[in-house]
Amino acid sequence: MSILVGEHTRVVVQGITGKEGSFHARACREYGTKIVAGVTPGKGGQTHEGIPVFDTVEEAARKEGANTSLIFVPPPFAADAILEAAEAGLELVVCITEGIPVLEMVMVHYALRGRPVRLIGPNCPGVISPGKAKVGIMPGFIHAQGSIGVLSRSGTLTYEAVKQLTDAGLGQSTCVGIGGDPVIGSRFVDLLPLFAEDPQTEAVLLIGEIGGSAEEEAAELVKNGYPKPVISFVAGKTAPPGRRMGHAGAIIMAGRGTAEEKRRAMERAGIVVCESAAELGRCVAQTVRGAA
Amino acid sequence: MKIHEYQAKELFRAFGIPVPRGRVAVSGAEAEAVASELGGERWVVKAQIHAGGRGKGGGVRIARSLEEVGRATSELLSTRLITAQTGSEGRQIRRVLVEEAVTIDRELYVGMLVDPGSGRPVLIVSHAGGMEIEEVARSTPERIRREVIDPYLGVRAFQTRRISAWLGLGADSAGAFGAILRNLFRLFCQEDCSLVEINPLVVTDTAALVAIDAKVTFDDNALFKHKEHASLRDIDEEDPLEAEASRHNVNYIKLDGTIGCMVNGAGLAMATMDLIKLVGGEPANFLDVGGAASAQSVEQAFRILLGDPKVKAILVNIFGGIVRCDRVAQGIIEAAARVSVSVPVVIRLEGTNAQEARRMLEASGFSCVVATGLAEAARRAVALAG
Repeated sequence: MSILVGEHTRVVVQGITGKEGSFHARACREYGTKIVAGVTPGKGGQTHEGIPVFDTVEEAARKEGANTSLIFVPPPFAADAILEAAEAGLELVVCITEGIPVLEMVMVHYALRGRPVRLIGPNCPGVISPGKAKVGIMPGFIHAQGSIGVLSRSGTLTYEAVKQLTDAGLGQSTCVGIGGDPVIGSRFVDLLPLFAEDPQTEAVLLIGEIGGSAEEEAAELVKNGYPKPVISFVAGKTAPPGRRMGHAGAIIMAGRGTAEEKRRAMERAGIVVCESAAELGRCVAQTVRGAA
Repeated sequence: MKIHEYQAKELFRAFGIPVPRGRVAVSGAEAEAVASELGGERWVVKAQIHAGGRGKGGGVRIARSLEEVGRATSELLSTRLITAQTGSEGRQIRRVLVEEAVTIDRELYVGMLVDPGSGRPVLIVSHAGGMEIEEVARSTPERIRREVIDPYLGVRAFQTRRISAWLGLGADSAGAFGAILRNLFRLFCQEDCSLVEINPLVVTDTAALVAIDAKVTFDDNALFKHKEHASLRDIDEEDPLEAEASRHNVNYIKLDGTIGCMVNGAGLAMATMDLIKLVGGEPANFLDVGGAASAQSVEQAFRILLGDPKVKAILVNIFGGIVRCDRVAQGIIEAAARVSVSVPVVIRLEGTNAQEARRMLEASGFSCVVATGLAEAARRAVALAG
């Protein structure tokens, strides 16, 4: 199995004719992902590297059977692109775009409530189920098919973790970069249940960072009964309060969201907390093999 | 993006949030003129810097005569203000806000930000105005109330009523309080803020409500929608190295340690800083050269790190995913040749073509330590920094 993306995934790339969209559409296709369509308003009817381009997502879904969107649209238009994909009835929308105003995401988040669509991101590396489908900008070759589910708020730190897992002989079921913004489509607590039900996944590595309360909420969920081991790491122990550490979401505000608070909450929930970013692979290996 | 209190109060006025009468001044004489124009017998002189904690740091003075206004202003303008948020070097005071003094009966706290949990704006209200809200959250969390706001419905009357009741506000203040909360929400949304704080919002001896302090931070991602906000930026308040970095799309935050860090990606950058600390060192900064780590951004990053005299060693940690490590190595070699790097450098490259990149660095003649593991890299950087 795996979660979110797999053999069934048929991707439409919104913003396919842009530099980023074009580059990553090619990389995803080379990995084996079914890229069935692209959307760039005003360029409908053309083909881009053999991929049919449409003016609207609705057309791409109807004519090419796209069920997943991958968005590279620039920040001023990205919120609209998400809404368009949701409106077209896609199951999954992965938004890579960095720099969307937070209040626009508040409105998008509100508009997507109760709809049968799942949003990943924005400001994220995307989703990969190794060996099956890559819907994002992560380097495919560091991944290996296996049984560890990975959830993360960052990009390159996730690659670091995945590389360590693969080097330790631990493949991954699915790796999801949920994004570094304050308001995102899917949070740890939304995705942990999917890994819980996925037969391929044996354990989950959760990579958090300072700011917000996503890690505390995840801890609460695990504490109330989670069927698989969870291992975690929280970046930002040395970050000063009130400073935005790159990601808009990575800021300690009004006394909330420190690394120490998060570590305590997770340890109380029985989550294995790894102290060093250099030990992520070993930490997961010990937990998984110790349990076996 | 942060702005000054006096600028935030202009916004408050425009959105119908009551603030004391007053004006900004840049000299003792001008401050006296402002006070004389305001009239009255008591004035407040407030240092205008972006960092918080000004009251405790001695940056807020009460004056009982025009001469005192002038003297307090001259003193403030000739000092560097040190507060809990400025670091030990303090911050040069370039202007003061002169205001009529208000007779305070009660001090409340009102703030608004986006709550990541619900994905909506949240009002934060507290009985304990005038104190650091971080401290209140730690010591007496029961004195803080959070009210999530529906982004379409806005602040509703029933919400302001129940907050007023919780605060124990009298009927003579509750109406004005409700209007302030609604106007605060309007300001928050229309100006694309990431944080608006009134600390304190005071109830005066005549039961009027006045925002004694004002803090507004704009959402950096929304600045493209508000060209007018550019004129509110005060470059003098930014760390010169940080400002230089942002001009080159390098994300840099200065800290107090000795090991300069250059990393691609924010999460990995924080994790690298934490690792330095874990093995006994102190990171000098947060620095994200961007996912692509281009030759230009690497060169700029070296210049920025070397501009900090405290830096005794540099740790470069790049995970090459889409960007190939051999390209990054080439960039590092070129940058090092142009910048003349004067402190020891430890480089750890991992990912696409990492082995090739290590060979290139070793063969380049650039004197650096090429590390393979992340832990090894951090330990060697700490050892070299002494």
